[in-house]
Amino acid sequence: MNAYATHADDHHDHHGPAPGLMRWVTTTNHKDIGTLYLWFAFIMFFIGGFMALIIRTELFQPGLQIVDPHFFNQMTTLHALVMIFGVIMPAFVGLANWMLPMMVGAPDMALPRMNNWSFWILPFGFAMMLSTLFMEGGAPAAGWTLYPPLSLQTGDALPFIIFSIHLLGISSIMGAINIIATIMNLRAPGMTFMKMPLFVWTWFITAYLLIAVMPVLAGAVTMLLTDKFFGTSFFDAAGGGDPVMFQHIFWFFGHPEVYILILPSFGLVSEIIPTFSRKRLFGYSSMVYATASIAFLSFIVWAHHMFTVGMPLIGELFFMFSTMLIAVPTGVKVFNWVSTMWRGSLTFETPMLFALGFVVMFTIGGFSGLMLAMTPIDFQYHDTYFVVAHFHYVLVPGAVFGIIGGVYYWLPKWTGNRYNEGLGKWHFWLSTIFVNILFFPMHFLGLAGMPRRIPDYAVQFTDFNQIATIGAFGFGFSQILFLILVVKCIRGGEKATDRVWEGARGLEWTLSSPPPYHTFSVQPVIK
Amino acid sequence: MAFKMAFRPKLIKPRRTAHLFLIPVVMFGFGYLMVPIYNVFCDLTGLNGKTGSISVSQANEFEIDVQRLVKVEFLSVLNQQAPWKFDPQVSSMLVNPGKPYTTHYIATNQLGREMVGQAIPSVAPSKAAAYFKKTECFCFSQQKFEANELKQMPITFVIDPALPDDINTVSLSYTLFDVNSRIN
Ligand code: HEM
Ligand SMILES: [Cu+2]
Repeated sequence: MNAYATHADDHHDHHGPAPGLMRWVTTTNHKDIGTLYLWFAFIMFFIGGFMALIIRTELFQPGLQIVDPHFFNQMTTLHALVMIFGVIMPAFVGLANWMLPMMVGAPDMALPRMNNWSFWILPFGFAMMLSTLFMEGGAPAAGWTLYPPLSLQTGDALPFIIFSIHLLGISSIMGAINIIATIMNLRAPGMTFMKMPLFVWTWFITAYLLIAVMPVLAGAVTMLLTDKFFGTSFFDAAGGGDPVMFQHIFWFFGHPEVYILILPSFGLVSEIIPTFSRKRLFGYSSMVYATASIAFLSFIVWAHHMFTVGMPLIGELFFMFSTMLIAVPTGVKVFNWVSTMWRGSLTFETPMLFALGFVVMFTIGGFSGLMLAMTPIDFQYHDTYFVVAHFHYVLVPGAVFGIIGGVYYWLPKWTGNRYNEGLGKWHFWLSTIFVNILFFPMHFLGLAGMPRRIPDYAVQFTDFNQIATIGAFGFGFSQILFLILVVKCIRGGEKATDRVWEGARGLEWTLSSPPPYHTFSVQPVIK
Repeated sequence: MAFKMAFRPKLIKPRRTAHLFLIPVVMFGFGYLMVPIYNVFCDLTGLNGKTGSISVSQANEFEIDVQRLVKVEFLSVLNQQAPWKFDPQVSSMLVNPGKPYTTHYIATNQLGREMVGQAIPSVAPSKAAAYFKKTECFCFSQQKFEANELKQMPITFVIDPALPDDINTVSLSYTLFDVNSRIN
């Protein structure tokens, strides 16, 4: 494999990027593409956040205030689709693009041209998705899960949302294949699998999940499309189909998908905590095996989203116990993060704060997940705000905090400048306080029976809803601090050293800050 | 790095990753494969309450269990605002397993134009579905109604004597769908 390092190529003789805006359109450089992905995710984060604030404003008081119910449902649907496919997944792919080659000692991603394509499909996919807001009949409003027969009542938007899901799927499949190909083929000599940094490992496993389940989602929405326009009846009972089958196919994708949304954050946290504990990660190999078993188990638990559709007892028992089984490898990971800190010399720079926030608050979400995993209890909690509280704890102070922590961790490496630590700490504390004000009351609302995806509620739910709405605005506006901080850091600041963090290990820190446009043209050797 | 020597290192040949592209293609197919798998699974287990049909001669081969009485309840449901009046002739029957019975559902088209309906059966508890067999049913085909027509639609069924002992009541429900739009 050394041949890659020494092989000359006649076409591209650039030292640096091409000048002008076309640089970003035609680029095949992993750092450029990583930057594009990250900015895209950041912009979508504000768009999706704006939709969330519309939802929370409506829910500030019982009764209907500012939007009509149909538009409210369009907001819940689009908010979820934007946050999942437009924020968390692209942010992960952006981090992978920037960091994987630098972490495994590769000169670039394995398939640079395809890399360009996987990014540039995204803006088109989302332009199509968001354009449905202006169509006859409005944007899709049946929830991000698109259950038929309700989703088949979508107006003109239906084919557009389906095609946009196809595009996003193609983009993430190509991204995933690129990541697998890079990790399999371009690791520096001596970088054996069991020496790979955990972020690389978790992405490797996530990429396999992606190529396995995104096509299943594509199939499911294609069936919706043909049911609506071409007379098939996959999900139409009148034609001999079964709407419950959609739920099986969807969740066969959907549950692995939620792990796609968390595993790379597991990896990020596993990079950050050792650095600021000045210790090696505790239980490296158990981390790898735990990640692999979570990924494997994620394929056999899907029907925990469907406990109430009417399953035989044996099915409910199977899915209940298999779901609870996932808590075991997840617990191993939490245990290892805590053990890494044990007797470490800890410091609490912003990336570490976000990582610690992740460990604590992700665990809260894990516990509410365990409660939902119990079939008889889920009968009460299903489709209430308790479920909303659960998945927002694992996704916001979970997946998103992992991403933000990762950005803080590597921002000095990318820009060559240190960010403003004081501002970073403000960002962390405001986000953490408000995210809990936002989501914690939702547990109580759910336990008391407030259903999700409904714009109105009984008056006794008012107090907790108002608290949540205040938290939502606080959390949303805190993110503007982050934007300011990132822009300031790109513009200038105290110069960062190559190592950046005293306790940092790994190949990326052997490069200069910022790293040259092309790195590791000659592969390093890991001993 | 000297100017001429500057290079973009060669990465891998895209062809070497062809097998990776195969996985999503296969999984797309697998998504579709889940449809027949689901149906076979439901047929074998009776899980979604789908009932089976058998021929008349098969139905007559069952040994009649005169000792046992099972209550069969009949339910009717209209999908969305399907424009029919739709009811069972009797709301329940006591039957001996193994013996064929006939009853009717009555539907009236309440529109002044021709309509086509399709009834879809479902049996509860789902454990009983596999033992509920029909030799004749209006649900086997689409039903055409003239304007304002009233139709008596027969169903002949037999309960397999192997029906588990703990089941004393079986509910048969029909949902009537308006399928005009499917035909056009
Ligand atoms: C300890 C691990 C976990 C367990 C036991 C668990 C269990 C569950 C259960 C049983 C439900 C269904 C609740 C219902 O609809 O009634 C659910 C919903 C959900 N979970 Fe988890 N979960 C876990 C971790 C996660 C993680 C890590 C994520 C994502 C990062 C996640 C995301 C979601 C989402 C998005 C939903 C709601 C989907 C929807 O209906 O829209 N969960 N979880
Ligand atoms: Cu799940």
